Amino acid sequence: MSATLTEPPRQADRPRERQHRAGPAQRRNWLGGLAGWLWLGVVVIPIYWVLITSFKLQSTYYASNPLVPPSDPTLDNYRFVIESDFVRYFTNSVVVTAGAVIPAVTVSFMAAYAIVRARQSRFLRAVNGLFLMGLAIPLQATVIPIYLIIIRLQLYDSLLALILPSIAFAIPLSVLVLANFIRDVPKELFESMRVDGASEWTTLWRLAAPLTRPAIVTVTIYNALTIWNGFLLPLILTQNPERRTLPLALWTFQGQFSVNVPAVVAAVILTTLPILVLYAFGRRQLLSGLAAGFTK
Amino acid sequence: MTTPTGHSARRGRHGVLPWLAAPALLFFVVFAVVPVIGVLALSFTTWDGIGEIQASGLTSWRAVLADPGLPHAVWVTFLVIVASWAVQTPLSILLGTFLAGPHRYRGVLAVVYFIPLLLSSAAIAIAYKALLDPNFGLGAGLGIEFLSQDWLGKPGLAFGLVVFVVSWQFIPFHSLIYQGGVRQIPRSMYEAAQLDGAGRVRQFFSITLPQLKYTVITSSTLMVVGSLVFFDLIFVLTEGGPGDATRVLALDMYKRGFQANLMGPASVIAVILVLVGLVLALLLRRLGGRDPAQSQLEGA
Repeated sequence: MSATLTEPPRQADRPRERQHRAGPAQRRNWLGGLAGWLWLGVVVIPIYWVLITSFKLQSTYYASNPLVPPSDPTLDNYRFVIESDFVRYFTNSVVVTAGAVIPAVTVSFMAAYAIVRARQSRFLRAVNGLFLMGLAIPLQATVIPIYLIIIRLQLYDSLLALILPSIAFAIPLSVLVLANFIRDVPKELFESMRVDGASEWTTLWRLAAPLTRPAIVTVTIYNALTIWNGFLLPLILTQNPERRTLPLALWTFQGQFSVNVPAVVAAVILTTLPILVLYAFGRRQLLSGLAAGFTK
Repeated sequence: MTTPTGHSARRGRHGVLPWLAAPALLFFVVFAVVPVIGVLALSFTTWDGIGEIQASGLTSWRAVLADPGLPHAVWVTFLVIVASWAVQTPLSILLGTFLAGPHRYRGVLAVVYFIPLLLSSAAIAIAYKALLDPNFGLGAGLGIEFLSQDWLGKPGLAFGLVVFVVSWQFIPFHSLIYQGGVRQIPRSMYEAAQLDGAGRVRQFFSITLPQLKYTVITSSTLMVVGSLVFFDLIFVLTEGGPGDATRVLALDMYKRGFQANLMGPASVIAVILVLVGLVLALLLRRLGGRDPAQSQLEGA
């Protein structure tokens, strides 16, 4: 489960592997290798183009070779984007993401714990079944009633309007993944906690949470990513430019300045930067956790 | 000191445990279960999104079912699902098998592969719009005619672009799932096959692929249910255009509801979306003989 993408295979597999390659199957999986390198190009070229274009001046952009980095890189585009109120949109995105992810993971963890610990409970089985059904239903199809509920709660055009449905949408997958990991905690540990007189509440936070920390981190990163990148809820539930989150702001910015390609791609980079930083720190856990959650 | 546990065990069969699930249940009921029921209810009403909601029986259903736009949207949605599945699945299996191999540099490739997975659909769509601009994009600058076509202006091209961008964004995720699946195949199976003289290709088709059966089902379910709601990407990239060439159901719902202010008919589309999602999930579950999510939870 802890096997990550970057981890080399276990040492024990190595000699065997060498043996394979020494055999007649020397060129094995050349198709995979070819696809691998081609795909690298497919991924890298657009990203490279976006990156170098963001440092070009609009005036010289059209005349320059699109794949050659600018000889005199400029930060003007970034300045322009930041001056277009992107600091506010950034703050909104942070508030919505943190405001939704922390409660979502907390309540999902509590539910997952209950579902694993009381497997005979009919009620909890039903709850579990309900969450599983939530995985199959395209929840985005429910935005019209959500819009109505948000209006009735008088939350329209507020950040809380984005937070509440985001929490609900995050619950099914979070419970599924967390329950998978809590189930791996040896039963004897729960038993000894019980013998020591610990309540379920204490066991939940003192035993289950520390032991499943990697899963909690994974689920947190995954949900943060989904909510940070969310577009439909802000589009439908807000109106005031001051409430825009980054993806929505990016879209309106592009609508306004589509001719200014360097500025548009600079905005793309700026909205993506925080995620890339997060990726740099949490990559291992995110990828291994996702793999474990889906293939276990 | 032994009484508290004994007492609470007697009080309810599961004590406080059901209460621990209550907050999650509450959120989910209010913002997922009630809306699913609500969207059905709203499909029998007339509402402009601002004023009063009025019951109107089957009016919305009749209007939508008689509208030639509906079969078209269903058809486009179907095509997007099939095309993006057909492009993503073989490539993801190939890349996943490759990534599961032993070379160290593959790890470095993987780090790069996953960048698209992190970006918002809006950002990706906007970047591609700029990149493929017939006058100012990459194709124009390099003089490559293939790239400087009017990608968003011609129905076939716009559709192809949607499928390509979807694949660009999600192939990494599915490769990751397949990589996990491949790594779980016992090595001994390959050794036995090799002793029998099976080549690499033969091994792939007689061991890897059959062993990946459940992984294929998991990945396909996520792909199919996911492609029902490719709203952000298509909305930003093509807005359903040119004309209605890429107007999938989710977009159709948004346009009817929030642009034409016809919430009743939009709710009808939403109900259809929910039903299609459920049917597809059930079909895929049938296909696999088991529900991967369910068995994950119960086969502890």
